[in-house]
Amino acid sequence: MRILPFKHKKRAKQSHSLVGDVFSVAILVILGVFMALPLVLAVSNSLKPLEELFIFPPRFFVRNPTLDNFHDVFVLMSQSWIPFTRYTFNTVFITIVGTLGHLAVASLCAYALAKYKFPGQKIIFWIIVTALMFSTQVTAIPNYLIMSKIGWLDSYAALVVPAIAKPLGLFLMKQFMEQIPDSLLEAARIDGASEFTIFWKIAMPQVKPAWLTLIIFCFQDLWNLQGSNYIFSENLKTLPYALSQISAAGISRAGATAAVAVIMMIVPIAIFIASQSNIIETMASSGIKE
Amino acid sequence: MIIKYLCIQLKFLLKNMKRCRIAYLFIAPYCLLFLMFYLIPVIASICLSFTYFNVLEPARFIGWKNYIDLFFADEVFLKAVKNTFLFAIITGPVGYFMALFIAWMINDIKKPVIRAFMTLVFYAPTISGQAYIVWKYIFSSDTYGMANGWLMKLGIVYEPILWFEDEKYIMPILIIVVLWMSMGTGFLSFIAGLQNVDRTLYEAGYMDGIQNRFQELWYITLPAMKEQLMFGAVMTITSSFAIHDQLAALAGFPSVNYAAHTVVSHLIDYGTIRFEMGYASAIATLLFMVMIICNKFVQMLLRKVGR
Repeated sequence: MRILPFKHKKRAKQSHSLVGDVFSVAILVILGVFMALPLVLAVSNSLKPLEELFIFPPRFFVRNPTLDNFHDVFVLMSQSWIPFTRYTFNTVFITIVGTLGHLAVASLCAYALAKYKFPGQKIIFWIIVTALMFSTQVTAIPNYLIMSKIGWLDSYAALVVPAIAKPLGLFLMKQFMEQIPDSLLEAARIDGASEFTIFWKIAMPQVKPAWLTLIIFCFQDLWNLQGSNYIFSENLKTLPYALSQISAAGISRAGATAAVAVIMMIVPIAIFIASQSNIIETMASSGIKE
Repeated sequence: MIIKYLCIQLKFLLKNMKRCRIAYLFIAPYCLLFLMFYLIPVIASICLSFTYFNVLEPARFIGWKNYIDLFFADEVFLKAVKNTFLFAIITGPVGYFMALFIAWMINDIKKPVIRAFMTLVFYAPTISGQAYIVWKYIFSSDTYGMANGWLMKLGIVYEPILWFEDEKYIMPILIIVVLWMSMGTGFLSFIAGLQNVDRTLYEAGYMDGIQNRFQELWYITLPAMKEQLMFGAVMTITSSFAIHDQLAALAGFPSVNYAAHTVVSHLIDYGTIRFEMGYASAIATLLFMVMIICNKFVQMLLRKVGR
């Protein structure tokens, strides 16, 4: 099946009554407002000066917007024992290394599963699909024990390496790679290209939408990773962990907490906006076959 | 005779494997990591669940004791099971069908820009990290919280309601929050699936006498995107049994009278606070079994779509 770009397909409209159309738009708008309001409130709160946060009756929108809350976050962070930049570096570092590692390792495996036939292929894929069906909490305890056995506790590896092996990315990549025409790979083979060159120079450029999808899913996981179970040294702790410490102070830092939430949500949302059409294209091939 | 046959088979297999060594080379790095951080942990968890293990002393085999304790001596666990199933049964199907219907309605929007915008609006809560903290402000227990402020201003209540301290309110509020962020990966998969339904199928459907949009949905659209429905179901089931983070952040951990305690909360409690690894492994094993069984069961149901 060929994948179509993120473009609406015209469809015959006979069966769609006007009343139904109006009704569905109304539902969509109501639900959309319900979805959007809390996030709008988060942004609005982050811009409220203290006296507007503690006011009765509470206001939804900010009257006198100020950046004081964001300023507070930076002041709080610069007073902390470990500088703010260190937490930021940790998170950016594990996010980049983990995401790139995931992309490379999962793509290589996905390519072999999609384009080669070898004994054991079906069972390996079946195991990976089964792994989609349970969440990571199930494996948390043995993971901790394994990390401590191989001495990875309290290091970046404890956060990065398990993320590289996430089954969701491999699954999506494999489904997408099945659509690469075999003739293309065969032609390169006849020209004498090595198998790795075919993978890297021919197959990978064909699946750019899947790259972006893998990147954004992996990015989201790592960006929001607190990892406080595996990391004890303060200077290796992540940004979400540091920020959760600000929120933990409760009511006295209501403004700073709101600012923190906004800082953390802006990056993934921006990346999603930038790569939405590619993600949708990849998800079209996400189906689980019976 | 049989041995000879097996030898030939084995030889054939080895030859075949040797021919494909490049494929094994390609899958090796991933499979190694997967083995180490997914497969071995699942097996280890099952094994540990039959032991008493507190990390300091070597594990001691105790048979089914952990499981017996869980079901007959641990009231908090039973409460956690009840809460988990309540969450899963309400937020799982509701979240799933909400995602499907919203994707279906979004797909009817004609302008691509508006369609992309609506997709973002519904997906944003899922990807916005810890933004669910804002619900703590909405349902704050003082008069500055949105809900209390408005209820008091309108004269419905005269003193602030303790939303996250009163067992009556904890579950309903948390269910709303969980539904708010339930448009997961499955939702994107539905959007994509809907866009790629072959339009000639619709034309053929009108010839065959399809009269309204619901018939169109049931007889044409859903069967055409069955694979995405399966994928979405897997994602929804897995996440609805694993709810914990939002609950801990909003209702506290542990929550008042364990009103928002789930199986995952119990697992974290025993695994990372009390360090009773054997007992926690038993919880993890049960959670694993329930997730797999539910997934298989729902996949069986989904095969019936459009029949």
